[in-house]
Amino acid sequence: MRMLALICLMLATPVFAQGSGPTPALANRQLPDPAQEAAATNLMHSLRCIQCQGQSIADSDAHMASTMRAEVRQQIAAGQKPEAIRGWMIARYGEWVSFEPDMKGAGLLLWFTPLLVLIAGIWLARGLFRRGA
Amino acid sequence: MNRPWLLWIPLAVVAFIGGLAMYGLAVPKDEQVHSAMIAQNLPAFSLPAATAGVEGLASGDMADGKPRLLNIFASWCLPCKAEAPYLEALKKAGIEIDAIAIRDRPEDVAAFLNEFGNPFRRIGSDSEMAVQLKLGSSGVPETYVIGGDGTILYQHIGDIRAEHVPMLIEKVNAAK
Repeated sequence: MRMLALICLMLATPVFAQGSGPTPALANRQLPDPAQEAAATNLMHSLRCIQCQGQSIADSDAHMASTMRAEVRQQIAAGQKPEAIRGWMIARYGEWVSFEPDMKGAGLLLWFTPLLVLIAGIWLARGLFRRGA
Repeated sequence: MNRPWLLWIPLAVVAFIGGLAMYGLAVPKDEQVHSAMIAQNLPAFSLPAATAGVEGLASGDMADGKPRLLNIFASWCLPCKAEAPYLEALKKAGIEIDAIAIRDRPEDVAAFLNEFGNPFRRIGSDSEMAVQLKLGSSGVPETYVIGGDGTILYQHIGDIRAEHVPMLIEKVNAAK
């Protein structure tokens, strides 16, 4: 009985739910040039995996992340600049795919809110210091 | 305190943040990743046949002047099985459908078509998901409306259900 249950578990759909395509060659193999590999890895840490949305493609084992890592390494090896590759990804999936928000639109607000809050805080506290003096 | 209204600022800020939190809770989260390729040309690709008897798919095949659907599916994907009857309905309505099979084996695709029927004109095999990435597609199943000139007009994420069939027919016909 226990054996049967085990077999049923092994045959459960999730085991097969990932499909059976090969992993792209460059997904897990480093580029021969260390400088290029460093640039590629650096970029991978700031690109979001489409499948497992909280992880970067460098951290994720999802198949989509493998494909994205291979794409990054291929383009780096072909001499493409990391920021151009980020742009390539954004052109397909939107700003969402990048962990480093662009300095425009809502991204601008994100970058400058801490500064604005600090200025507001100094302005609010200003009266206190004046009275103390 | 010569300016008592200043006291209200912290409260206003906290109320604003609280309001934002309430809004975040009330609005359902959209977890889908939409393609940013809408209104752009299909990326150039050429995929081998996914199974014997059905031709493979190249981007040029879809720029023949006739608008169509491009279905992204896989034999291992459960919702793809659920949408099979509706793809058949779309085909019966005279819509031409091409497909890309993701991470699939020829024998699995053949078994899938055998069981659920084949509504597709061509099926390309994207075993490494490279074309899926180029399309800005984030999973299976997805269905794109492709204009006669090869422009991506619309992306439907998830399985096609009965209520989506008239909408997709309308979108394809509108592209004629």
